[in-house]
Amino acid sequence: MWEQIRSNQIRSAVLVTLMALILLLVGFFIGLALGSPIAGLIIAFIIWGIMTLVAFFQGDSILLSVSGAKKTSRADNPQLYNVVEEMKIASGLEKMPDVYIIDDPALNAFATGRDPNHAAVAITSGLLQKLNRDELQGVIGHEISHIKNRDVRLMSLLAVLLGAIVILANYAWMFAFLGGMNASGTNTNKRRSSRGGGGTGIVQIFVVVIALILAILAPILAQLIYFAVSRKREYLADASSALYTRYPEGLASALEKLSTSTTQVKAANKATAPMYIINPFRKKGMSMSDLTSTHPPTAERIRILRAMGGGASLADYERAYKQTKGKGGIIPPSALAGEPTATQSRRASTYRVVATG
Amino acid sequence: MLALWIILAIIVILLLFFWGGYNALVKLRNQVKNAWAQIDVQLNRRHDLIPNLIETVRGYKDFERSTLEAVTAARNQAQAGASANPAERAKLEGALGGALSRLMAVVEAYPDLKANQSFLALQTQLAETENKISSSRQVYNDTVLGLNNKIQMFPSNIVASIAGFKAAELFKVETPEEKEPVQVKF
Repeated sequence: MWEQIRSNQIRSAVLVTLMALILLLVGFFIGLALGSPIAGLIIAFIIWGIMTLVAFFQGDSILLSVSGAKKTSRADNPQLYNVVEEMKIASGLEKMPDVYIIDDPALNAFATGRDPNHAAVAITSGLLQKLNRDELQGVIGHEISHIKNRDVRLMSLLAVLLGAIVILANYAWMFAFLGGMNASGTNTNKRRSSRGGGGTGIVQIFVVVIALILAILAPILAQLIYFAVSRKREYLADASSALYTRYPEGLASALEKLSTSTTQVKAANKATAPMYIINPFRKKGMSMSDLTSTHPPTAERIRILRAMGGGASLADYERAYKQTKGKGGIIPPSALAGEPTATQSRRASTYRVVATG
Repeated sequence: MLALWIILAIIVILLLFFWGGYNALVKLRNQVKNAWAQIDVQLNRRHDLIPNLIETVRGYKDFERSTLEAVTAARNQAQAGASANPAERAKLEGALGGALSRLMAVVEAYPDLKANQSFLALQTQLAETENKISSSRQVYNDTVLGLNNKIQMFPSNIVASIAGFKAAELFKVETPEEKEPVQVKF
């Protein structure tokens, strides 16, 4: 269990670095095209810095208040609170997350929090009514694993980077256009350039072209990375939920109930979508498996969970994933390294006291 | 001269390897200790709930004294064994679990008791505690697996034996009923 968490942290760091490099690359080339690569880098940094600060201080409270979530306690909702506590124990979280209820007939749940010690789980009243205990446990387990794997922080960081790349790329168009027009208009236009002598004209055009290509490609690439990461983390959260609950059928059955409902959650937006358990923007008939979806198709998630046989470990999920998708794997080998492989799933709970020891 | 540098480099690399390996083992061992403490909390909660349960049930006339006494005895034994090693505790807690099962089976014959509010509340709390014992047991056993793997697998076993790390015990609870062969009657 701990190997998987550590492996996720390393992967998150790598992803953030990768996106940051793309951002800096765009900034550099734009700066180069306009005559000062350093200025380009600095501007990229500044945009990134401002957006990070905004995202950091915005944090959880805005998301929670925008969705109309109300904090609940053990006395108000004992069953929900107990389920969250069980999942907190099973995931190894140190501190119990805050529990919120959203008064909304739509069926959804999300997790938020910049680190595991400042985390919150929210669920709609509609969903709370519809699920039985095993299903509720599966959903909460999924959300708690987002907290444990620090997916919330990862997705916010990536969202900020993506935003910065898009902004920079936008301005790149403007500047390149203006810069290009200037160059063709007058020959006396002096540009500070570290290259001396002849041949600068061709090189300059070359750099502008690269900058423009980057300006087009970088946002697309960043988006693809962002959505691919989001989908991958969803699979991982499903796998972790099965491990914590030792009952993958619970989550599978909950997802089934979720997918047949089409009521939209009122307050979701594209930035917060990855943190919901199911895509809040799905509409009947719309394909959900496209590259700009934050969540994998629900039918596929259910199929994988149900293909796990009698097992509940990460290795079982990996096997079920390969079986269902016919290719690749979703859990990196480093995460599977120290994990138990022969974990049995339990039977459905019967809500009576049956001493299990 | 070069040979000296190479030997020095090898020594430094070995030290770094030992450093990293030792810290990883310490971290795992502490995680095991923490996971065990979590189980302890839940087991204590279970022990604390039982006297109330016994009192609620005792008020009902003709309730089998022997069943109640068995539960009390098992609970006292389990509480006394609170500082024993995991294998011992697993046995004691399993016995307590078995006694509780039998108690609940007897309760089935008392419809008044089954409808009693205090009894229902206690039953629910016991059920919740059982779930949490399950969850914390999972975490403990998974963590122990991780620690034991690191202690026994190459090359971290070298560091482990030098530093004196011992493999931890799994917490496997079986109720006596599970051990009896299943009787099939037609």
